Amino acid sequence: MKMPIPDPATLAKRAQIVQRLRAIVPGEGVIADEDELRVFECDGLMAYKQLPMVVVLPETTDQVSRILKTCHELGVKVVPRGAGTGLSGGALPLADAVTLGLGKFKKIIDIDYANRCAVVQPGVTNMAITNAVADEGYYYAPDPSSKVACTIGGNVAENAGGMHCLKYGLTTNNLLGVEMVLMDGQVVRFGGKHLDAGGLDLLGAITGSEGLLGVITEVTVRILKKPATQCALLLGFDSIEAGGDCVAKIIAGGIVPGAMEMMDKMAIDAMQRFVDSGYPIDVESLLVVELDGPQAEVDYLTDRVKNIAAQAGSTFLRVSTSEEERLQFWKGRMSAFPSVGRISPDYLTMDGTIPRHALPQVLTRMNEMSAQYGLRVANVFHAGDGNLHPLILFDANLPGDLDKAEQFGFDILKLCVEVGGVLSGEHGIGVEKRDLMGEMFTEVDMQQQQLLKCAFDQDGLLNPGKVYPTLHRCAEMGRLHVTGGRLPFPDIPRF
Amino acid sequence: MTETFKPETVDHVVEAAKWAAANGAALDTKGLGTKRGLGKPVQTDATLDLSALSGITLYEPEELVMSARAGTPMAEIEAALKAANQMLAFEPWQPTSLYGVEGGTIGGVLACNISGPRRMQVGAARDHMLGFHAVGGRGEVFKSGGRVVKNVTGFDLTKLMAGAMGTLGVLTEVSFKVLPVPEKSRTVLLFGARDVAKALTAAQCSEHEISGCAHLPQAMAARSSVDYVKNAGTDVTCVRLEGPGPSVEVRCAALREVLAPLGAGVEELHSSRSAALWAEIRDVSYFNADQQIWRLSVAPSEGPAIAKALGGDCILDWAGGLIGLALDAADDAHAARVRGAFTHGHATLMRAADAVRANVPVFQPQPEALAALSERVRANYDPVKIFNPGRMA
Repeated sequence: MKMPIPDPATLAKRAQIVQRLRAIVPGEGVIADEDELRVFECDGLMAYKQLPMVVVLPETTDQVSRILKTCHELGVKVVPRGAGTGLSGGALPLADAVTLGLGKFKKIIDIDYANRCAVVQPGVTNMAITNAVADEGYYYAPDPSSKVACTIGGNVAENAGGMHCLKYGLTTNNLLGVEMVLMDGQVVRFGGKHLDAGGLDLLGAITGSEGLLGVITEVTVRILKKPATQCALLLGFDSIEAGGDCVAKIIAGGIVPGAMEMMDKMAIDAMQRFVDSGYPIDVESLLVVELDGPQAEVDYLTDRVKNIAAQAGSTFLRVSTSEEERLQFWKGRMSAFPSVGRISPDYLTMDGTIPRHALPQVLTRMNEMSAQYGLRVANVFHAGDGNLHPLILFDANLPGDLDKAEQFGFDILKLCVEVGGVLSGEHGIGVEKRDLMGEMFTEVDMQQQQLLKCAFDQDGLLNPGKVYPTLHRCAEMGRLHVTGGRLPFPDIPRF
Repeated sequence: MTETFKPETVDHVVEAAKWAAANGAALDTKGLGTKRGLGKPVQTDATLDLSALSGITLYEPEELVMSARAGTPMAEIEAALKAANQMLAFEPWQPTSLYGVEGGTIGGVLACNISGPRRMQVGAARDHMLGFHAVGGRGEVFKSGGRVVKNVTGFDLTKLMAGAMGTLGVLTEVSFKVLPVPEKSRTVLLFGARDVAKALTAAQCSEHEISGCAHLPQAMAARSSVDYVKNAGTDVTCVRLEGPGPSVEVRCAALREVLAPLGAGVEELHSSRSAALWAEIRDVSYFNADQQIWRLSVAPSEGPAIAKALGGDCILDWAGGLIGLALDAADDAHAARVRGAFTHGHATLMRAADAVRANVPVFQPQPEALAALSERVRANYDPVKIFNPGRMA
């Protein structure tokens, strides 16, 4: 993975930059010491590391505005960073950039139950929002696996998902408003406690923009009342196809479960070895289906799902009979990553989405690739919405193993696109999948996306080297390249 | 208005866009022309009629996804969905009572981000749009998004195009999420709510997963075609519950208990009556033909007080977050008063004579930095201003 070549002119004025930043954020808010910078050298994609030029940790929107304005004036690049839990390298530092951390933005500003929303600073963790409203029986629905550590600002930047997105939507569907500082220091607000935009939907456009458009300094999210009852079913099948068929039948039957997770044998074995969740070890695929709502609805849907599972040929069935048991069923799935970490020295977490019906086909091809590459792969899926997380097992100490694993991952993602899916369902492109963008988009498609970038960050200073393999110069794209354009329209019917 | 071009292929659209860009000509894009009254009237050199770019290109009910060419009539989309017992969950309104014409195209519905009462529960049109193909302001053919729900692959231009009213490009094909029609749908009516905000909040903040929450003042209720509402003789608060049969029954009973103490009585509407009522609310069909109509989006808890302060005929939807307001016609459409009635939110002038909309900002004026940013976005996508220039002013 090639990152942009550091600009020697910027590196040469490092001392000046540090000084300017210290004038804005006094004391320990500016980190320039190599040992302390080490903490920021990577995010959740640990295969890539880079020391930032300097780290700044502002505490107010005004400070963020002044930092960006200063960097804009000096032509210095900026990499925004939340908790650094992202899995695609979106917060990977650049050698010649300021890493702007939002870790000190930890205040919950306003909880407004009447309007079912919470206004928080971007450094508040996903879980902390739920915790803050739990006493009144509310919660924040999107629940990425890293919810204890990841921050809401990062969730917005990556349009984070989670297990319960099937029924409750992704970050973008639960977001009401954002305050954002643009690269030139201007502060803008999109949305608020009301719904929809009064003009262009820039709130929608900045969600999932991976830190390329601006720095988020405040977030308003929708909170929901907790369902009265939750019940989980474990359904085992003797083939992946049968499990996939069951998923398809449940959805086709008009049922939208709160969550519907699937795992293959390798993953089940790893999880059951790590923590006893009551998973059967003699099945090829396992579904965890969660139904929620009033007791009457949960009972009714449980029966329907049981019937569907039987039709799909399930060989194992357990329905949680207590809250304790429901949580136990989830324990294994929740610990998917550490479980796999136990059976392999290293692993890569992939993230692609496919149309559900392509699941058996994709898994068969994936197993073939696994044999070809000589690398094991464990699969966990958000099956309900076709979001795959193949975990590729490798050993970084074996020469060439990482490259092989990456290549395997790329092949999987290409396959996702080939069957009508996309490169990333919820982790983002970052640096990890940057060079695969061409698999899904034409050069023109990517230029169209960058037209948005140019409206927000004309000089390309925010998080360069991420998402797009080539960042076009805005002035160049702005020029008109219209060919043709003579009137007669020989072929268009005219009236 | 001189000419109308009716492209039959994407290449034709490209030709038209390139011609317009090369000649600095403005195009007025339309599907079936049902929402021409929405937005600022635009002076253009030619009309681009997209109704020939029609037809469903993919429908996989078990995948909950459909793709269609932008000019596909809504009637065709809805007929296909009905045959599979599915729906557009965001409940787009019919332009009939606003603009006198029924129908429209799927491209128009998504380009205008048109959503109805269920928006408060399941999201807007923009939340259901998954991807698109379009022709840009330089005649480029491009796509964004996809046909799957979970997708963080590059910037979400789909959201940007939804609601841009054709000012950033011409949609040629769209993909969107569809959902099963709920097994059962019922509406609990509360008559004569003593405190409207309290009643709406109680319903919205209950755990009963309501899919519609509206309030009709007595005068509006009296215009309903649904007997229980029409003959109420008082204000009517309407709360819809949908889902599997047993669940709806339990939730209905529970919700009646929540609401009963807050007014003078409760009643329940089943299937066809419930559907008829929500169609009326969705289409703001109670207003007089000569009134000017506004749509205000505000914090739900503030809606009732804002509506009261404004006077005129009104319908509250989205638990108070959406105010449909009808005022007697005036040259300035009472814009300053309407927009002065709230501090956070936005107001759109949905219906007024062309001459009025030409002089009054139809969409909410934005703070300077945001307006400049929006303008930069627009200028980047449509540098020569060939697509409906000024329609969103």
